[in-house]
Amino acid sequence: MNPWTVQTLVPLPVLVPLFAAGLALALHRYQRAQRIISVVALSVVVAASVGLVVAAHDGPVALDLGGWAAPVGVNLVADPLAALMLLVSSVVLLCVLLYSMAQGIADSNDRTAPASKDAEELRKALEAQDPDADEDGRRDVLPVAIFHPTFLILAAGVADAFLAGDLFNLYVGFEILLAASYVLLTLGGTSERIRAGSVYVVVALLSSIVFLLAVGLVYAATGTVNMAQLAERLPEIDPGVRLGIQALLLLAFGIKAAIFPLSAWLPDSYPTAPAPVTAVFAGLLTKVGVYAILRTQTLLFPPDETLEAVLLVLALATMLVGILGAVAQDDVKRLLSFTLVSHIGYMIFGVALATQASTAAAIFYVVHHITVQTALFLVVGLIERHSGTTSLDRLGGLATLAPGLAILFFVPAMNLAGIPPLSGFLGKVGLLEAGVLNGSGLAWALVVGSVVTSLLTLYAVVRAWNKAFWQPCPDDRKLPDPSPLPWGMVGPTAALVAVSVSLTVAAGPLYDYAARAAYMALDARSYVEAVFPDGAPRGTGTSNEVTDDGEEGPP
Amino acid sequence: MIVLDNVPSGALLLAVGVLFAAGVYLLLERSLTRVLLGFVLLGNGTNLAILLAGGRAGAPPITGSDAGEPMSDPLAQAMILTSVVITLALVAFVLAMAYRSWQLHGHDEVQDDLEDTRIARLAVEDAPSYADSDALESGTTLDEEAVATRDEVALPDPVVDPRTRGGDGS
Repeated sequence: MNPWTVQTLVPLPVLVPLFAAGLALALHRYQRAQRIISVVALSVVVAASVGLVVAAHDGPVALDLGGWAAPVGVNLVADPLAALMLLVSSVVLLCVLLYSMAQGIADSNDRTAPASKDAEELRKALEAQDPDADEDGRRDVLPVAIFHPTFLILAAGVADAFLAGDLFNLYVGFEILLAASYVLLTLGGTSERIRAGSVYVVVALLSSIVFLLAVGLVYAATGTVNMAQLAERLPEIDPGVRLGIQALLLLAFGIKAAIFPLSAWLPDSYPTAPAPVTAVFAGLLTKVGVYAILRTQTLLFPPDETLEAVLLVLALATMLVGILGAVAQDDVKRLLSFTLVSHIGYMIFGVALATQASTAAAIFYVVHHITVQTALFLVVGLIERHSGTTSLDRLGGLATLAPGLAILFFVPAMNLAGIPPLSGFLGKVGLLEAGVLNGSGLAWALVVGSVVTSLLTLYAVVRAWNKAFWQPCPDDRKLPDPSPLPWGMVGPTAALVAVSVSLTVAAGPLYDYAARAAYMALDARSYVEAVFPDGAPRGTGTSNEVTDDGEEGPP
Repeated sequence: MIVLDNVPSGALLLAVGVLFAAGVYLLLERSLTRVLLGFVLLGNGTNLAILLAGGRAGAPPITGSDAGEPMSDPLAQAMILTSVVITLALVAFVLAMAYRSWQLHGHDEVQDDLEDTRIARLAVEDAPSYADSDALESGTTLDEEAVATRDEVALPDPVVDPRTRGGDGS
């Protein structure tokens, strides 16, 4: 069998970061080596994702791992939806990695940033504690060396969750990325991060347990956890049991995606982490939850009107409660965290309508929101670095002090609010169109709610813009040092802003691709066909022959 | 095809229920150690539920071995094994976090969000969340400004003496 087929690409986004993480951990004393490994690994992932996006256009690419055929073995499936999510997330991860590396390099030289200041304090404490310890022993204790391995494991977990063709593997993917996120969120172990981390970890643990229980119940009800097989079997089981399982899965994913009323943990925990970590969490982690909802709702379960109505109501509540929370904040990071919650509502709106147009719009919106939200958080990291604070009470006059920064903030902020012709506007128009086409009273309520939320988002970000950039500095405190922001940090941010703008330019082809992804996600046949070619009961793999030999056993 | 008896044992079901009830109760506590114990109980309850989903115990599931009775379902046990490993790792992490919290604060209780409390207090007082120069009292209100500003387009009012009109276009 030729090892270099399209299928070779499928496991790469999971395997490469995992191996690179091990290597980076082994080489934790050589910072330069760690950096090179991380950048190379994530670049390979980006390249593999591009390949998968192209390959998946004609139909899902499935791979049975280890030669074990599909329903018995674990398989990875890259359909257009998964491939698109994978591409966006890997680009975002690469940008954030470059940004954090520049931050680390700049900070190890001199200036202030929370992450390295903690490390400095810890180092001083260690020196005071044990002045005779050698430098190597001390460096082992310092928390900085684990950033790269953990970040790579996060990347592997995200990729695994997107590619999983198996409900249990999806659970494992979630656990990989969550475990990495616990470490990243509590990096340095300061008082504030431990406080925020406690809430985050406990909530995430609970959602994992709920998810695992749901997987167990799915297995009890259908005898399989393979998604392609579930797509065939779940419509046939008792509707009551199915509804229970579906609700349980939605509960688990709802916590991860931060849907109201399960969203209270998010604005509490995200803002305390270092800026690049917050950026990648805000961009990716909730979207993995949204992806899981999209996947289970479209592929596994047949349409269910009650649940769709419930989801619509929840989407409306998420939008409005989230954005009203954002309006009350005076810290830019918290403000953005609340807008993040609010805009999850748009995606759930698209998923809940469950038509091809709405699903396509939701997919487009997810892609847009990942890039824009991450870009905004990176810009806020730059603001924090420039002014030493993110409180709107103390910020001011940045438009004259740092005009480049002002542009970097303004473009994604307007994009988030949905100002035409940017991609946020296009995604929202798609959702509104789908809502109007649906025509029910609830859908109209959602349409109105979306517009109101969009306007309130504009209000919130314009307030932040006015206060931080436009108005003069509130008190006459001395200006920060005129030392420029490091290019290594500005570069990736600008690149991500450019990506978000290019989504607008390339909106036509992208929207077509999203429509195709939606079509394939809603129509389970192509997915099942990819996993079980020609209607065979098993996928491709050598285990076929083994089980044929021992045919007397259970199927 | 040999079909296993899939009716789960009542005692095990009851055990799952008790584990979940105790786990949820502990999860609602503030102390991280208790939350952790709750998580362990919930995890064990879930694993037991998956075991039940796999049906009754039988012969070892090895191809080719002919034990004369139905094999037990290996997939459920494989899933439990995976989830036990994951739970173990997470328990270790939460223990480390609880210890760190104890190091820092002398206790391991989950605390309220200060920022959230502050904003809630502002909301009760009906105060703005930050000072905005548009919202600040700038000395003159809009009405005062309107009186002070001379409208050059409008015709001069013959009754009012211009000198009583305040400063010109200050």
